[in-house]
Amino acid sequence: MAPVAPRSGDAIFANVERVNAELFTLTYGAIVRQLLTDLEEVEEVNKQLDQMGYNIGVRLVDEFLAKSNVSRCVDFKETAEVIAKVGFKMFLGVTASVSNWDAEGTTCSIILEDNPLVDFVELPDTCQGLYYCNILSGVIRGALEMVSMKTEVTWLRDMLRGDDAFELQVKLLKQVPEEYPYKDDE
Amino acid sequence: MKQYTNVLDRPLSKGKQEVSLSGFAFLFSELVQYNQTQVDNIAELERRLEDAGYAVGTRILELLCHREKGNRRETRLLGILSFVHSTVWKVLFGKVADSLEKGTEHEDEYMISEKELLVNRFISIPKDMGAFNCGAFVAGIVRGVLDNAGFPAVVSAHFVPMEGQQRPRTTILIKFAEEVLQREARLG
Repeated sequence: MAPVAPRSGDAIFANVERVNAELFTLTYGAIVRQLLTDLEEVEEVNKQLDQMGYNIGVRLVDEFLAKSNVSRCVDFKETAEVIAKVGFKMFLGVTASVSNWDAEGTTCSIILEDNPLVDFVELPDTCQGLYYCNILSGVIRGALEMVSMKTEVTWLRDMLRGDDAFELQVKLLKQVPEEYPYKDDE
Repeated sequence: MKQYTNVLDRPLSKGKQEVSLSGFAFLFSELVQYNQTQVDNIAELERRLEDAGYAVGTRILELLCHREKGNRRETRLLGILSFVHSTVWKVLFGKVADSLEKGTEHEDEYMISEKELLVNRFISIPKDMGAFNCGAFVAGIVRGVLDNAGFPAVVSAHFVPMEGQQRPRTTILIKFAEEVLQREARLG
């Protein structure tokens, strides 16, 4: 049987069930507000959002692989492209772009112009250190860890802080080879 | 893309943008899981989910009043109930609610029912959590809308087992405050 070709982000998004982005945006806002009330420290909230994103990413990658039919990515460049074009489209309905590759091909930037998480949002003066979309960095980190890549994801540009786009820097720390859980001679 | 210094100057979206259901389901599950770590009992958990929903309801009322109804305010009970049952439900969940009923035992009770609430689709409640219903989030949304529209009420979510159906349907029970009924009677 010929291998099934990977489907484009648009095709998959058209086939999954969708909900109104505003419900999603407002629910995320409610989560951030709850965290700010409970934790009070902006750094703590950033960490908690990243952790929540990590939990989501770990489960999300299964659905991603099941629905998108992508074959094993040959290198990190392809991985980043797939995340930006297929992954973001499939779940958030927006496409991101990849740029700023470094010489070794282990660090890149994923740029989002359109972000459903931040509709209607303005950061007040008391929360200037907050990375409002930090859940996204956790999702990417969690998802990649499940496919044997340890990464570090940080924000370079944030529209809520006055920049013109959202830019995430994804740095591949190391590839962890999959461990076979059973000894061969057992 | 033009940068607006003030978020209020940005053009309001038409509300047609969508995200995947699974994206929302993941987010909602994290909301519930986070709150589980912050409470000791089910009543507290329901209250926290309701409070989160309340904030959503407040904002969705403002948004929809401006966008869908041209800034006209509902002053009658049936008007606001039908706004919640049709407009709010259609925007948030993609369909109008399954039914809107008036309670038979009490004058101040109304019920909005849904066969399967969107938020409950991927949730299964463990037996030791008894009657807990994540629909408390939706109850909070309804309470947020009603409260800010001038119709204070106590809103809760309940599972109602149905004949011949495996999963029980969910009923959002709305109990209006005394002042609302008095005002409604005065308006005739």
